[in-house]
Amino acid sequence: MLRWAGHSLIFLLAAPILLGTLIASLPAFGYFPPLGSSDFSLEAWRELFEVPGLTRSVLISLISGVLTPLISLALVFLYLASATGSKLDLWIRRLVSPLLSFPHAAAAFGLAFLIAPSGLLSRIISPELTGWERPPDILIVNDTWGLTLLFGLIVKEVPFLLLMSLAALPQLQPRHRIEVARTLGYRPTIAWLKVIAPSLYPLVRLPVIVVIVFASATVDVALILGPTLPPTLSVRVLSWFNDPDLNLRFLAAAGSLLQLGVSLIAVAIWLALEKFVGLLWRFWLAAGNLNTGEGLAFAIGRSAMPLVLVVIAGSILALLANAFAGPWRYPSALPSSWTIQHWANSLSDLSTPLFNTVLISVSSTLLALLLVVATLESERQSSKSKSTALWLLYLPLLIPQIVFLFGIIVLTEFVGWQANLSLVIFGHLLFVLPYVFLSLSEAYRQLDPRWTQVASTLGASQLKSFWRIRIPLLLAPCLTAVAIGMAISISLFLPTQLLGAGRITTITSEAVALTSGASRNLISVWAVVQLSLPILGFMMALLIPKFVWRNRSGMIDTR
Amino acid sequence: MSNSDLELKDVSISLGGKQLLEINCSVGPGEILTVMGPSGSGKSSLLVYIAGFLAPVFESSGSVLVNGADVCSLAAERRHIGLLFQDPLLFPHLSVAGNLRFALQSNAKQKNQAISEGLNDIGLAGFDDRDPSTLSGGQASRVALLRLLLSAPNAVLLDEPFSKLDTQLREETRTLVFDKLRASGLPTILVTHDQADAEQAGGEIRTLL
Amino acid sequence: MAHLRPSTPLIRIFLLFVLLPHSSLTTAQAIDVADWSALEQQARGQTVYFNAWGGEPRINSYLNWVAQTLEQRFNITLQHVKVADTGETVSKIVAERTAGNDTNGSIDLLWINGENFAALKQNKLLFGPWAEEQPNFSLVNANRFPEMREDFTVPTDGLESPWTRSQLVFYHDSQWLAEPPQTIAAILDWSTFNPGEFTYPRPPAFLGSTFLKQAVLEISNNDPALFAPVTDDQFQRVTTELWDYLDALHPTLLRAGRYFPNSAAELRRLMGDGEISLALAFNPNEALLSVRTGELPDSVRTYVLQGGTIGNVSFLAIPYNAQHKAAAMITANFLLSIEAQARASNPNHMGSTTVISIEDLDVSARQQFEPVSTDLAAASPDELSRKLQEPHPSWTPALERAWIQRYSAR
Repeated sequence: MLRWAGHSLIFLLAAPILLGTLIASLPAFGYFPPLGSSDFSLEAWRELFEVPGLTRSVLISLISGVLTPLISLALVFLYLASATGSKLDLWIRRLVSPLLSFPHAAAAFGLAFLIAPSGLLSRIISPELTGWERPPDILIVNDTWGLTLLFGLIVKEVPFLLLMSLAALPQLQPRHRIEVARTLGYRPTIAWLKVIAPSLYPLVRLPVIVVIVFASATVDVALILGPTLPPTLSVRVLSWFNDPDLNLRFLAAAGSLLQLGVSLIAVAIWLALEKFVGLLWRFWLAAGNLNTGEGLAFAIGRSAMPLVLVVIAGSILALLANAFAGPWRYPSALPSSWTIQHWANSLSDLSTPLFNTVLISVSSTLLALLLVVATLESERQSSKSKSTALWLLYLPLLIPQIVFLFGIIVLTEFVGWQANLSLVIFGHLLFVLPYVFLSLSEAYRQLDPRWTQVASTLGASQLKSFWRIRIPLLLAPCLTAVAIGMAISISLFLPTQLLGAGRITTITSEAVALTSGASRNLISVWAVVQLSLPILGFMMALLIPKFVWRNRSGMIDTR
Repeated sequence: MSNSDLELKDVSISLGGKQLLEINCSVGPGEILTVMGPSGSGKSSLLVYIAGFLAPVFESSGSVLVNGADVCSLAAERRHIGLLFQDPLLFPHLSVAGNLRFALQSNAKQKNQAISEGLNDIGLAGFDDRDPSTLSGGQASRVALLRLLLSAPNAVLLDEPFSKLDTQLREETRTLVFDKLRASGLPTILVTHDQADAEQAGGEIRTLL
Repeated sequence: MAHLRPSTPLIRIFLLFVLLPHSSLTTAQAIDVADWSALEQQARGQTVYFNAWGGEPRINSYLNWVAQTLEQRFNITLQHVKVADTGETVSKIVAERTAGNDTNGSIDLLWINGENFAALKQNKLLFGPWAEEQPNFSLVNANRFPEMREDFTVPTDGLESPWTRSQLVFYHDSQWLAEPPQTIAAILDWSTFNPGEFTYPRPPAFLGSTFLKQAVLEISNNDPALFAPVTDDQFQRVTTELWDYLDALHPTLLRAGRYFPNSAAELRRLMGDGEISLALAFNPNEALLSVRTGELPDSVRTYVLQGGTIGNVSFLAIPYNAQHKAAAMITANFLLSIEAQARASNPNHMGSTTVISIEDLDVSARQQFEPVSTDLAAASPDELSRKLQEPHPSWTPALERAWIQRYSAR
């Protein structure tokens, strides 16, 4: 049975996504029998290229698709180069997983409430430093070229790439290599960039491509921070999809294929950039023992990460302040009074989405954990090397959500399925699986094989040593994987919205829906709830092993 | 008292077409066969092969007979061959008694009694509820030995089990381990670098090239 | 896992054999809209999926109260499906129709008017007529108020039940702007000298579209073409001056017109932060309610433009394929009751304007409604009586599309 786990895992991920993408592309070429059209035509494409401002939408998606990974990766590498082993590093390593769990929508709201002309930052420095009695009339949030969107994405993706890099680093034995380079006379930051960066990059390449696809196709972050005249391509596709005029479905289908193309072009640009930077690096390496730039690299690396942390902390602060603020006139730095009224008002609205959120995230994560552990266990028992098909796990992260989710919806409409909870849970599973796999696979594969061998020589069956040895030894990584999986599920917007047809609401789908009509206070209440759920998960992942193993000091550093 | 024997018949292990080792030998009850050889001579692969964990990249032939029966087709847990590694490898999430209980057959009677008698026997009476990570190196080695004995093996493999202990402790532990194994009448194969190990084992010495 | 439609041949055969003997119990019961007590019986235990705009917390919590009351009195579970745009709901119904789902629709009741109603009615996707059979329909006195039977000039034909009244109003912060402009033309003059003080939601957000309609009505002097289905020629002719007006207005708006708020709520937020001093709303009580919650400063005042502003009625309708029509009708009738309407119009709850003709009520019923507000922040009833009629619904999408075409990519 275990043997099938890996295959079913891949099938479960690949089939709906590939099928969804395929089906989504049919209407783009005029074929959509439910709307009475079964002739192939290029009408939708003609229409698409006449949409006003399409070039701008595509450009913005491309810009954020390329610049987000570029800047984020540069910051992460400079940070690792300059801070590895420092006190700051210890701190950041502890914070990186919870930071990753900060839901996109909540982060975007927090950022908007922090840096808007009337935001927390402006209030703190006004009127003393600026003389502003009223907010300055400058375009920050929703700016025309998506710079705030870019900024928000970078703040969000830096922790992700950092986590991926930290997971990959140990196999490069960085300390040893750096020592060698330093005995050759290289300064530490330059040494890292010269000897570690080139071998680390291939290991984080796939996560980087995930970032490219996400940044070029995000919907929820773009809805909150992105430009509006015109919006990004992904936001426009969603609005065409939701348009009462069903003929726009053809346009939406063509648009979603274009989105796929834009994401692919962003990846292609990246690959070209990769070649170019690789060439530069080789020249730089060949230039020999030069330490120019050590100071600058060190300064950027050391300051960027704290800056990201400060922005995130500021965003959380802005959300908390607004969630409890009474009347708060500009430019007061603080509200004139504090109140729990906003919480009292939302209490009755919170209960159903909260219940759904917990139900969906727990069930999709546990399902994912089951599948992932079964796959890893079968991989271990068959003692094969990593299955090559496992890269398919990344599929849900490599194809823009809006493309294949759109196809899945069309498919369910063909089959006549109604939106229901199990469909939403399945949709979440698609996105939770890769992250659970990513977070658990290294720990699972790196667990000392001798533990199982000892158990076997003591006469324990595979089953017994699985339950009594491997699972307890891996309790902490399993719980971390669960916390990450739940955090991912909690932050998902589009799968809930599309597969649940709006009838199944979660904290995130409600919070994003509130953008169109609620006060800043109410949005903040929802965002605070949204971001505290994953934190609860991470706290449990941290505290449960501490409690269970309180008398087992050997369990603290088995990872 | 076990009184079983272990025989290796035409055992050959190779990697990528290159033969690593070839061995024929027989170990009687209470005897200790020592296998020596430089790194890369395949002596660890030999133990892994006998225990049943040889990775599929290796090619192997020959048979391992325990009390005359070939165990090669059996899964590791059914071979009843115990193995002591360089590290004691006490399961960190179980107490000392938990580690020992893990080794007992599920149908064993009076488990608690067997455990406390065993601990008494190796000079660790009352250590039942201890966290294994609080034990000293020598104590942990003794618990690992007791755990192996409680699993009632028919043969024992030792993979440089004393190499990580300091000189004085090594002496003590070695004596205890060899005495216990001989007293249990178990056929044993010892893999080591250390000439002193081989001498004290007192049995046949094979050197791999 | 999923609910298969009984169109699968195997399931159909199964149904034929197993369920035929009691088919009267299992197939959808015939609906007799005139027999209200039978409907109440039928409705028991049903769940009503009510698709209604979910962007306004006051409305959401009002609907929570409605849900509790319905549960207690009629054993009906009301599920508020919060939608961002009623267009989504319309496309959902059309999608169900095209997929052949004619009996198990996912929507039982929806909040609707204007072009969305026109689209559904034209495609025969609504159940009915039923609305005028409701016991509470007489409360609206449709003979005196023809707008109860006419949705953006399109006859409702009993397919929708009136729910609330709305009217476009403007509000200003008297701290920054003492004498607000009284006409559409005056807004441009004032804004030219006070740039960055005004903006409006980006069409197709309904408040933004309403601003466009208000502007075109006033600029074209209520051109009769606006009350008939739109044609290309008429659109060209009537809107030319509108685009000239907007071309001049936009550079004077907040952020020089490079950004527009996405909703009435965001517009309100801008006012609350002091970013703008003039704004608009489609609920005459909006500013009053927001001052009470502290969202807006108490220097905010509401007013109606000199020549009057657009007013309309919004309705409740039932899709043709709704699964729980009986419960949907009971819900609509309850929402039209004196009790529900009085609570809805109370500024402490939803704060909308009732569709019930209060003058026709007896004294005790009348007392359930809050007396007319004399709050400084509210518009006077006198001002609110200056009402303009909505243009024909086909004008709304036409104006929206043209606006997007012109301004969404500048």
